[in-house]
Amino acid sequence: MRKMTMPLLRREVLPIRTETDVVLVRQAVRRLTIEQGFGLVDQTKLITAASEIARNALDYGGGGEAQLESHLEGGKKGVRLIFEDKGPGITDIAQAMTDGFTSGGGLGHGLGGAKRLVEHFEITSTPGVGTRVVLARWK
Amino acid sequence: MDRIPILRMGSFLIVTIQVDMHDRLALALQDDLTSKIAQTEAKGVLIDISALEIVDSFIGRMLANISGMARILDAQTVVTGMQPAVAITLVELGLSLPGIRTALNVERGMELLRTSLASAGEPDAEDDDAAFEA
Amino acid sequence: MPDTLIVDLITRNESQLLIEWLKTIANAKATREDLIKPEDLRAQCADVLRRLVQGLASGSQNITDAAYVELRDVLDSVSRSRAQQGFSPGETATFVFSLKEPIFHTLRRELDKRPEVLANETWNATLLIDKMALHTMESFQRSREEVIRRQQDAMLELSTPVVKLWDGILALPLIGTLDSARTQIVMESLLQRVVTDGTDVVILDITGVPTVDTLVAQHLLKTVTAARLMGTDCIISGIRPQIAQTIVHLGVDLSAVITKSSLADAFKIALARRDLMVVKRKSAAAAAATTPTQSAH
Repeated sequence: MRKMTMPLLRREVLPIRTETDVVLVRQAVRRLTIEQGFGLVDQTKLITAASEIARNALDYGGGGEAQLESHLEGGKKGVRLIFEDKGPGITDIAQAMTDGFTSGGGLGHGLGGAKRLVEHFEITSTPGVGTRVVLARWK
Repeated sequence: MDRIPILRMGSFLIVTIQVDMHDRLALALQDDLTSKIAQTEAKGVLIDISALEIVDSFIGRMLANISGMARILDAQTVVTGMQPAVAITLVELGLSLPGIRTALNVERGMELLRTSLASAGEPDAEDDDAAFEA
Repeated sequence: MPDTLIVDLITRNESQLLIEWLKTIANAKATREDLIKPEDLRAQCADVLRRLVQGLASGSQNITDAAYVELRDVLDSVSRSRAQQGFSPGETATFVFSLKEPIFHTLRRELDKRPEVLANETWNATLLIDKMALHTMESFQRSREEVIRRQQDAMLELSTPVVKLWDGILALPLIGTLDSARTQIVMESLLQRVVTDGTDVVILDITGVPTVDTLVAQHLLKTVTAARLMGTDCIISGIRPQIAQTIVHLGVDLSAVITKSSLADAFKIALARRDLMVVKRKSAAAAAATTPTQSAH
């Protein structure tokens, strides 16, 4: 997967401490994707993925932070989102990724789903230290 | 805290979600609807999401929960107006919301509810066409 | 000292360089007045020069440094517009390379008494412009690929027309291979039509799809699921016996989807779904009694 390198156009850092913050993250990602000229479906996919991960940071990670970046690389526009929390971390990432959804049950962290919605997905997690998830989509 | 208004039309309850809900608001809606269904002995619940631009797994679960609880209380649920981008995203997320009936818009949703109630042998579902806040 | 020398020279001679640059481009017959107006070309060159000066002012002559971000941006946008307008790669490269001549002239003018410095600075200038040209060409290449991709998408859209068979009934004859990129486009245009037309039933006809493997089946299922989430039913038609076999062998679960071998059968079901039926006329007088009826509910 192509890594996002400079140049960075814009960077916004938002706290994830309350559920209103999750709404604000969604709105901020919407703004960024519109600015970068994403089509409606691509906007929706990225915002939904961001919502899943932000909520995870809040519910499982005890709160954290979202860094929202817009990039222009070789004429291609992209949006990169980094979610970090200092929560208990995920012991078995592979399992968390496959813990898919059951529409009624609601098991799992929604990671597998979020991964399918983006073009670049990275997750690092250390039990007892925290979790970091990176999501990115290009126009 | 604002609550989402629930309208009543005969033995149907209608909810139009027009805001980007935070989780607490969604849970409040779940509770409100469940008590209203029991209170009014409603036979049908219509949830219009035509204004919702984002439906993530939380909202998906909320809809599934409402549908499940309504069924236990002997009411049918129809979700109407899902936007194409939302439908495409939900499919990619892996949420197919089985057991939840859907319709293109409120009009068809109401028709669907009326039809299934009529076939279930319920007496005519609406007293009148006026809707008021439940 | 040597590093600030070239900065100084170019900054002081910016307007003269601009004039000479444009002249060099013209001499190389790369102006293409049919594709770009002279004043726009002038503005492009002026922009590039200005940002080059900006970058040089940082003391670095490495255009991948942060100080050159604006220069890279303007070169990218020049490449993109030229790729879209149909400039040839040669014309685009000439645009950048033509900057060498004016800069060499300026260097020679100012440094004719210092041959070693002149040699150094000429070499630096060549390196700099070569890197700018490389960057521009890479960007141009990417933009060309993007243009081609967009044209392919447009062709895909044309090749998957959504047809309205009746009020509330849409048909989508899929022809050719069904990959994920295509499925995306198909889904989006189909679902948009579903909303605007107020559709109850969609018929996906796969007569023209040569092979159905797991991926194709998955793509079909995604489309069906999305339509269903919106409240529309889907019928898949055009299933040939071999395809039916393949699907069973693959273990794909199509039990939730109605499938029919012919579009005609699918259409009949769709009509029934909407409480419609087609009745043969008996005579002019009986016509009124036998036109498609919608039974009351």
